[in-house]
Amino acid sequence: MKLYLKIWRQKDTRSKGQMVDYTLDGVESDMSFLEMLDVLNEELIAKGEEPIEFDHDCREGICGTCSLMINGRPHGPDSLITVCQLHMRSFNDGDTIVIEPWRAKAFPVVKDLIVDRSAFERIQQAGGYISVNTSGRPVDANAIPIEKDMADKSFAAATCIGCGACVAACKNASAMLFTAAKVSQFALLPQGQVEAADRVQNMVRQMDLEGFGNCTNTGACEVECPKGISLENIARMNREYLSASLKG
Amino acid sequence: MSQLLNSSLARKYVMALSGLFLVIFLVLHVTINLASVLSPDFFNEASHFMGYNPLVQFIMQPILIAGVIVHFVMGFVLEAQNRKARGSVGYTRYKGSANASWVSRNMIYSGLVVLAFLGLHFYDFWIHEMAYKYVEANPEDPTRYYAETVEKFAPIWRTVLYVIAFVLLSLHLWHGFASSFQSMGMNNKYTPGIKRFAKAFALVVPLAFAFIAIYHHLNPITH
Repeated sequence: MKLYLKIWRQKDTRSKGQMVDYTLDGVESDMSFLEMLDVLNEELIAKGEEPIEFDHDCREGICGTCSLMINGRPHGPDSLITVCQLHMRSFNDGDTIVIEPWRAKAFPVVKDLIVDRSAFERIQQAGGYISVNTSGRPVDANAIPIEKDMADKSFAAATCIGCGACVAACKNASAMLFTAAKVSQFALLPQGQVEAADRVQNMVRQMDLEGFGNCTNTGACEVECPKGISLENIARMNREYLSASLKG
Repeated sequence: MSQLLNSSLARKYVMALSGLFLVIFLVLHVTINLASVLSPDFFNEASHFMGYNPLVQFIMQPILIAGVIVHFVMGFVLEAQNRKARGSVGYTRYKGSANASWVSRNMIYSGLVVLAFLGLHFYDFWIHEMAYKYVEANPEDPTRYYAETVEKFAPIWRTVLYVIAFVLLSLHLWHGFASSFQSMGMNNKYTPGIKRFAKAFALVVPLAFAFIAIYHHLNPITH
């Protein structure tokens, strides 16, 4: 199939970027979206032009590295997948496809379609862990009984791959779904209780410092999340934070 | 505590709680308004009580005005911060309709229309009352309210403006009412029920307000 691509090109963080038009012929429907970009880049390199930079790593939908806004939707038109799992059969011959980086003040563009998502790392470092002495006497992981429902909810929250689609989709560029997932995965387990109050306060403080927007409960993040992280997690973070703050 | 007051979550709590407070006020308001259709005498009695009871006038009324101010000022603050959070370059293509409802994405606009309406509504009733009681220093007349209210809806333009505002109020409540429970951390087995109740409320209450305005327009007092 023949595609008309409009792709954001930006030399570096400080340069002004722009949309550039490309026409790509011979795209096969069983190619992944990233393979299609690989083909385009091979053509650009052959012509002596600068290839388009984009983030990717595992190409199996589990690492959270790929991050493209495709026709106005994070990770493209399909549900519950990352860009690397999106295939060209979701498009038609002659389609125009607009490809942009995530847009958020807290995610500055590094080059072309790559953004700096280290803001997420800093939120995680602010409290997304439990302090456990891992040296010496090993402790059986099953020694503390955990209710099945809690274990399942915690695991579901922990499936967040930190890709940033929630921020990209949110009209407010809010990072509440990411932060809430990281708070919830520990808040639901007994091991997470010890540091629960500090965790939620520190992670929310860091989230605010990074310059993400406020949540207005539109639910766009939940719809676009490739891992289907639920809005229930945001409600849990809201009550964890309220109770931690009131306790002082 | 100081961290709480400066955080993004505190702003959510303030929006939610002030919104819920205004929802409770709407129930009181629509109940008294319905009396103007069902029992003009009771409407006069209730309006006179509200207008001259010191508890209502000097405690409840200022709290209500403060609730309105907090809600819209915080709404503007949130909107400004959220626009800034997108960064200096926005999307060329952004398909908001694919993942979120129109009402949830446009609360600022439905809110602005309701706010503009409140300006007109204050001019029509509140300023009129203040002038009647404190500027012109007229004597108490517990029978005047029904006739004054009906007369207000005689011009078609005012009735139309009120009905338009009620439509926007309905849209605002459609997202805002249930959303405030999520903001306060409530998302559990009762959430589907709360959402259904909130949507029913968002339809019924503005519809009742609109019905009352149209009813009085169509049924003027003839002397």
